[in-house]
Amino acid sequence: MERKIKVLIAKPGLDGHDRGAKIVAYALKEAGMEVIYTGLHQTIDSIVATALQEDVDVIGLSILSGAHLTICEKLMKKLREVGLENKPVVVGGVIPQQDIPKLKEMGVKAVFPGGTPLSQVVEGVRQVALQSITREE
Amino acid sequence: MGVGGAKYIRDEKDRIKEVIYESGIRIKPFYTPADLEEVGFNYEQDLGDPGEYPFTRSIHPEGYRSRAWTMRQYTGFGTPRETNERFKFMIAQGQTGLNVAFDLPTQMGLDSDDPLAEGEVGRVGMAVDTLRDFEIAFEGIPLDRIGTGLTINAVASIILAMYQAVAEKYGYSPESISATPQNDILKEMIGRGTWIFPVEPSIKLIGDTIEYSMKVMPKTNPVSVCGYHIRESGATPAQEIAYAILIANAYIEEVVKRGYHVDQFGRGITFNFNVFGNLWENVAKFRAARKLWAKNMKEKWGAKDKQTMFLRGLFGGGGSGLTKEQPIINVVRGAYYALAAALGGAQTTAICSYDEAYTIPTPYSALISLRTLQLLMDEVGLRDTVDPLAGSYFIETLTKKMEEKIIEEMEEIERIGGIKLAVETGYIQRKVARQAYEWQKGLERGEYIKIGVNKYTDPGPLGSEDVKLHEYNPEVAEAQIKALREIKLHRNNREVLRCLNDLKVAAKQGKNVMPYLLEAVKAYATLGEMTSVFKEVYGEFKEPSIF
Repeated sequence: MERKIKVLIAKPGLDGHDRGAKIVAYALKEAGMEVIYTGLHQTIDSIVATALQEDVDVIGLSILSGAHLTICEKLMKKLREVGLENKPVVVGGVIPQQDIPKLKEMGVKAVFPGGTPLSQVVEGVRQVALQSITREE
Repeated sequence: MGVGGAKYIRDEKDRIKEVIYESGIRIKPFYTPADLEEVGFNYEQDLGDPGEYPFTRSIHPEGYRSRAWTMRQYTGFGTPRETNERFKFMIAQGQTGLNVAFDLPTQMGLDSDDPLAEGEVGRVGMAVDTLRDFEIAFEGIPLDRIGTGLTINAVASIILAMYQAVAEKYGYSPESISATPQNDILKEMIGRGTWIFPVEPSIKLIGDTIEYSMKVMPKTNPVSVCGYHIRESGATPAQEIAYAILIANAYIEEVVKRGYHVDQFGRGITFNFNVFGNLWENVAKFRAARKLWAKNMKEKWGAKDKQTMFLRGLFGGGGSGLTKEQPIINVVRGAYYALAAALGGAQTTAICSYDEAYTIPTPYSALISLRTLQLLMDEVGLRDTVDPLAGSYFIETLTKKMEEKIIEEMEEIERIGGIKLAVETGYIQRKVARQAYEWQKGLERGEYIKIGVNKYTDPGPLGSEDVKLHEYNPEVAEAQIKALREIKLHRNNREVLRCLNDLKVAAKQGKNVMPYLLEAVKAYATLGEMTSVFKEVYGEFKEPSIF
């Protein structure tokens, strides 16, 4: 199994702060992964459609507006609807400590609050992707 | 996240071998008159007295002696009523201007009941749907004495119309009010991201607000060009100023081509610059920016009036310099950023609060920021004399070098076809995102030092327990939507439709839309309704792919 890990980096909702998302996208690329970046202002439907179409291994959301709980809840529901409930989701951005367990409970596999070193983000995404790929195979 | 700052190369004994500023300037261990000679420093040409061309030292002859800086902390959350209470609190505490934060649906021209607004109503700023919200937010605020910054861009024309309407409603004439909508769409496309319409119609709308303000609200500054967010996105200090001047020129061109002279409207174009990273680089940046802007207005646009050549604006913020780690030390960082702004001659200022990497500032943290600014003016001597660093071998050499760097960055963009093309194609976005990534890696390698992040990382008792999270109240959205329904029920819907139709016709014919917006606003048309008209006529911006 030597294929590239494929990651979708998405900016859901109205938040326009994308420096973090772009930095992470560069880091994942440099670590040998294939990255698809959606651009700003994506709806949940369009994110899920892209995930399906591109058959990504991981969906990464970047949220700095504070709306992460609402957004993740909607995303998880939509993933279940289209039968992608096993597609791992990771979240980065301005995420208060107290919300991390809530996100995990919804099924988010990993959370990278602002300030997480890039190496940890890359490793975290790789782990999550490999688990998912192994399960598929 | 915490980026920005000089790169230091040390030897094994921690002696500093090289210092390289973000804009690419190498710093020597000491400076002498020979350095001034080498850069061709000339007092009259490069500085002039304060209040004299090219205004490097200050736009006012007596600087802060004649007037302390305007303090304008960014404020707004939840419903207009909560925001109004916080406005009044900050004014009672000595704040001299307002700076309104709007929620994301408002910034994106969506009504609070729009499905796309779900979860975002009133979250990062106050929610605005109709004039009614402004009536509540500005109730009891002396709009003829307090100037108001409005952090709004794609729909700035609509919000400016609302501001005029609310002022009139409370008995203030349009001539007496001073609003500063951000109204800088090109920087939204580079960073920050609240764009809606494509480049050309967006600039047309900005032209409308400038033309209209010039005639109807002469004390209003219709545009605040934000190098600030470009810097936050990863630009160097030199790029921040270079891109801001080019963006301002794009807006000026739009108005000049309508047959006006820059002396008629140029003073309404103001700036918002950032202040994090190295102290000296920031001071030199502000001084060089004042000079280059004056030259730009005089030489490129033929300004004759001194006022047109003044670089006015807010220097401050520094959000990207603040850290999540050991948040309370951001109080200290903020104080040094404010010092850099004061030494750089900021006319208006605000600094980010220590908890902003976590949350919307509490009254406690917002007040610390305000007191920091007040303390600099009243207690430690920043009002004593204008431009106190002038004449320093180091600062003057650095200011000259900064000027050269800014010009280089401007020339690069002109070479590839100008600022509009550079934004439309994502050239600048790609460049600054890449730089942001390189900085982040440099930070993690320890080439840049951030206290608490890669040095002195043990927080001891300085952990995040000093931060109290601003609680988002989901009932805000319900209350806002309910109020919106009430208004739609009680307004004259036939009149609203007529106004929206007139707006559409005016937009299609390329007329100045401001009078039509004012009418629609007064009829309680919603922000979303007016934005939809523009979307229909102008279309929407397509973000260039940068990967």
